[in-house]
Amino acid sequence: MEQIVKRYAEQIRAAAADKRPLRLRGGGSKDFYGQSLEGELLDTRDYSGIVAYEPSELVITVRGGTPLAELEAALREQGQQLAFEPPHFGSGATVGGMVAAGLSGPRRQAAGAVRDFVLGVRMLDGRGEDLSFGGQVMKNVAGFDVSRPMAGSMGTLGLLLEVSLKVPPLPFAEATLKLELPQDKALATLNHWGGKPLPISACAWAGGELVLRLSGAPSAIEAARALIGGELVDADQAQAYWRGIREQTDPFFSTDKPLWRMSLPSVAPPLAFPGAQLIEWGGSLRWLACKADARSIREAAAQAGGHATLFRAADKSAGVFTPLAPALARIHRNLKQAFDPAGIFNRGRMYPDL
Amino acid sequence: MNAGFRLLDPVRQAEAVKALRAILPPEAVLYQDEDTKPYECDGLSAYRTLPMVVALPQNEDEVSRVLRACSELKLPVVARGAGTGLSGGALPHGKGVLLSLAKMKCILALDPVARVARVQPGVRNLAISEAAAPYGLYYAPDPSSQIACSIGGNVAENSGGVHCLKYGLTVHNVLRVRGCTVEGELVEFGNEALDAPGYDLLALIMGSEGMLAVATEITVKLVPKPQTARVILAAFDDVEKAGNAAAAVIAAGIIPAGLEMMDQPATRAVEEYVHAGYDLNAAALLLCESDGTAEEVADEIARMTAVLKDSGAYDFRISQSEAERLKFWSGRKAAFPAVGRISPDYYCMDGTIPRKRLGEVLRFIAAMEKKYGLRCPNVFHAGDGNLHPLILFDANDPEQLRRTEAFAGEVLEKSIAVGGTVTGEHGVGIEKINQMCLQFTPAELEMFRAVKRAFDPDGLLNPEKNIPSLHRCAEFGRMHVEGGRLPYPELPRF
Ligand SMILES: Cc1cc2nc3c(=O)[nH]c(=O)nc-3n(C[C@H](O)[C@H](O)[C@H](O)COP(=O)(O)OP(=O)(O)OC[C@H]3O[C@@H](n4cnc5c(N)ncnc54)[C@H](O)[C@@H]3O)c2cc1C
Repeated sequence: MEQIVKRYAEQIRAAAADKRPLRLRGGGSKDFYGQSLEGELLDTRDYSGIVAYEPSELVITVRGGTPLAELEAALREQGQQLAFEPPHFGSGATVGGMVAAGLSGPRRQAAGAVRDFVLGVRMLDGRGEDLSFGGQVMKNVAGFDVSRPMAGSMGTLGLLLEVSLKVPPLPFAEATLKLELPQDKALATLNHWGGKPLPISACAWAGGELVLRLSGAPSAIEAARALIGGELVDADQAQAYWRGIREQTDPFFSTDKPLWRMSLPSVAPPLAFPGAQLIEWGGSLRWLACKADARSIREAAAQAGGHATLFRAADKSAGVFTPLAPALARIHRNLKQAFDPAGIFNRGRMYPDL
Repeated sequence: MNAGFRLLDPVRQAEAVKALRAILPPEAVLYQDEDTKPYECDGLSAYRTLPMVVALPQNEDEVSRVLRACSELKLPVVARGAGTGLSGGALPHGKGVLLSLAKMKCILALDPVARVARVQPGVRNLAISEAAAPYGLYYAPDPSSQIACSIGGNVAENSGGVHCLKYGLTVHNVLRVRGCTVEGELVEFGNEALDAPGYDLLALIMGSEGMLAVATEITVKLVPKPQTARVILAAFDDVEKAGNAAAAVIAAGIIPAGLEMMDQPATRAVEEYVHAGYDLNAAALLLCESDGTAEEVADEIARMTAVLKDSGAYDFRISQSEAERLKFWSGRKAAFPAVGRISPDYYCMDGTIPRKRLGEVLRFIAAMEKKYGLRCPNVFHAGDGNLHPLILFDANDPEQLRRTEAFAGEVLEKSIAVGGTVTGEHGVGIEKINQMCLQFTPAELEMFRAVKRAFDPDGLLNPEKNIPSLHRCAEFGRMHVEGGRLPYPELPRF
C-alpha cells in the first residue's frame, strides 16, 4: 500500500515541477459537480481499504479510494453509520470523493454535515509531502484544524489518502410520516417543530406534501407521532423514498432545467421563483429547478442570508459556486498557495483562480 | 514557568498608547503596571507577563481600528475573553497589545423561531442559555467554566463540555463567526445557513487560539431543551473496570448525554467541598446521563444500567428528581475548584486518548506520581476519551514547579504515544507548545505556519503560541537528547 502512496507522491511532484494540472478522481460519480474538470487523471481507487475500525471508540479510519458502499456495509455490520447520510451519486463513489465534495444527505438536519464527523486526515499536499492532521480521537485541538476544511474543498488542497470519521450508532427505530401542507405552512411548521425536542431526522417537502422521518427510541417516536399526526408510510417504501431524495433519483430531480441548491436560514420565506422546489433540512436546503438568471437567484439567496450553488446544469458559465467577498477570496488564494504552491490540484474545479 | 520578564521600551509604549488613544477613550487604554496587572495571566497562572498596553474596545468598529493601528505599527496583539483559558493562550505579549473583548458583551439578537443567537464575543457562555431559556432553548456546549468563560474564547479554543459527546463541541454549534483580520478588515466565516461557499474556514477558525482573526460577532445555534434528564451514578472497585464500562455503554449503541468518570482522589476532594453524596470507597465513579422524553429516558436508563451491571459496577444510584440529578453532577462540575482547595495550586492536563488505553494511561500517571512525589487526581470525559489529570503542587516552591512541568510533559507525551493528542479542549497555548514538536512532523508544523501566514502574514496575532517555531523544536529536541531520544535528528541544533 505504501508503494501506492509513493507512486502518487511521484506523480504529484512531477506535475508540480512543470505546473501541469492533476485531476484527482475516484469513481467519477461527482464529475458533474463543480466548475470544470482539468488535467491529467490521478485515479485514487488504488489506495483502498479500511485501516482501523474500533466500534466502541466510534471511530473508523479508511483509505480515500475505498468504495463508499464498502465503508457503509462495514459500519452497518457493527450497527453504526455515517450519520450525515452522504449521497453516492453513482455506484463508484469513493470515501475520498465523498469527503472532498462535502455533500450531506437528509439526516444532515439532525446529525450534522460531513465536516462535523471528520476527525483526521492523512493527505499528500502539492509538494507530495505526506501529512497527517487531527487524529483518531473525538476531541483534538492541537494545532489548526486542517482536517475538517478538507470536507468540501473539492480536492483543490490535496490528495486525501486516509480519513478518520466519527461513526455513531444506527437509530433503534425509524418511522416516516406524510402530511399535506402548502409551502408557507410547511416552513412555519418545520421551524416550530425544530424548537421542540422531537426526533425528526429528515424532511422533504415538494408539491404540497411534507414527508418526515423520525429516528430514535421507539417510545420517543411514538410520542412524536402522536403530536405530529399524518399518515404512516410503509417501511420499505419509506426507505426507497429517502434513498431517492438522497441520490436525487426522485422524480423531482429529473428535470431539464438548471438545478439550484439554495442553502438558506430555515426561516427564509418561500422563494418567489417559477419552477418546482423541494425543501429539505427543516427549511435550510431548497432545491430549485429553474431557468431564472443566476444573478437574481444569487441575490435572493444572499438577501435571505445564504448562498446558491448551480448544482446541475449544462451551462455553467454563470459560475457554480457563489463568488467570495474580497477578504475571503484573498485568504482562499493564500491557503491554496500554502497547500498547493504550483496550483496543480483540480484546477478550476471550485473557482477559476483556485 | 517563571514570571515572564519584560524589557519595556518606553518609546514604543508611548507610540502604542498614542495610536490607541486616537481610537479609544482614555479609560479604555491601560498602560500603568497597576492597571495592566489584572491581565498578566489567564487560568494558567504559573505563566505571567505584563502587557505593554491593554486596549478595551466597545464595538466591532473599534476592534477593527485598533487592529489596523497595531498592524501599521507592527505590534503583536493578544486577544482575551474572560481569561479562563488553561493553556496560556491569552498570556500577554510583553511588547504588544492585550486586546480585551470583555466590554463587548451584548446579545445582539435572539431568534427563537430560527433558533439562533447573534452575540458579541465577550458574552458569557451561560448568559446565552439563560437568554434562550424562556423559549425552551439553550446553547449546548457547556464547559465547566461556563458561568465565566466568553463565547469568543470558546470559539478560539473549540471548547467542549460534559454533554459534548451527544451535542457536539463549539465547532458543531456555531453557524457563523464575524471577525477582523490583523489588518482590521471585516471577514465572515460561515453564515446563517448550514453551509457557506468556499473552504470551510469556519471550521479552521474554531480552536485557532486567536492566531488567525479576532472574533467580533458570533452566531450560535440554539437547541431545544430535552424534556427530561436522569443520571446514573455507578461505583466501581477498580478504575479500569470503570473505563471498560464506559466503552461497553457505547458499544451497546447508546450515546449518553454525558459520560464522566472520576477516580477516588478526585471524588474525595470534591465530596469534601460540595457534598454530592459520592461513595468515597469506590475506586472510580461513573456518571452516565440520559435525556429525552420521559419514556425514552426510562428505556435508556434501563439499558445503561444493564450494561453497567454487566461491566462490574457494584453500586448504582439513579437520580429521582432534577434536584438529585444536579446534586450528582455538582461534584463533577466543581472538580477543578474542589481540587484547588486541597492544594495551593493545580496543573490541569488535557490529553485525549483512545478509551481502550485508559487503564494503561492511568497506571502510567500513578507511576509518575511516585516518580515526581506529587499527587494527581483524575477526572475524565470518559465518553470521548478526554482525560484531565490534575497535578497538585505549590507554585511558590520552584522545585515543585519544575517537577510539575516535567510530570506534565511526560503525561502529554504518553498521550501522543498511545495514539491520542496533547490537548482535547484546552488548547496548546504556551503550555503544550514543546509537545507539538513531538505530535507533528516538521512538514506538518510548517503547514500550520503557512496556514497562519495565509491569514496573518506578519505573524502579529498571538505570536509564539500554539505552533512552535523550527528553532523551538530544535531546542526542545536538544533537551530531549538527555532522555535518550532525538525527535528531529535532521534539524540543526542550536
Ligand atoms: C474551572 C475551569 C473549568 C474549565 N472547564 C472547561 C471545560 O469543561 N471545557 C473546556 O473546553 N474548557 C474548560 N476550561 C477552559 C476555558 O474556560 C475555555 O478554554 C474557555 O473557552 C476560555 O474562554 P475565555 O473567554 O476565558 O478565553 P481566554 O482565556 O480569555 O482566551 C482563550 C484563547 O482565546 C483567544 N480569544 C479570546 N477571545 C477571542 C476573540 N474574540 N477572538 C479571537 N480569539 C480570542 C485568546 O487569545 C486565547 O488564545 C475551564 C477553565 C476553568 C478555569
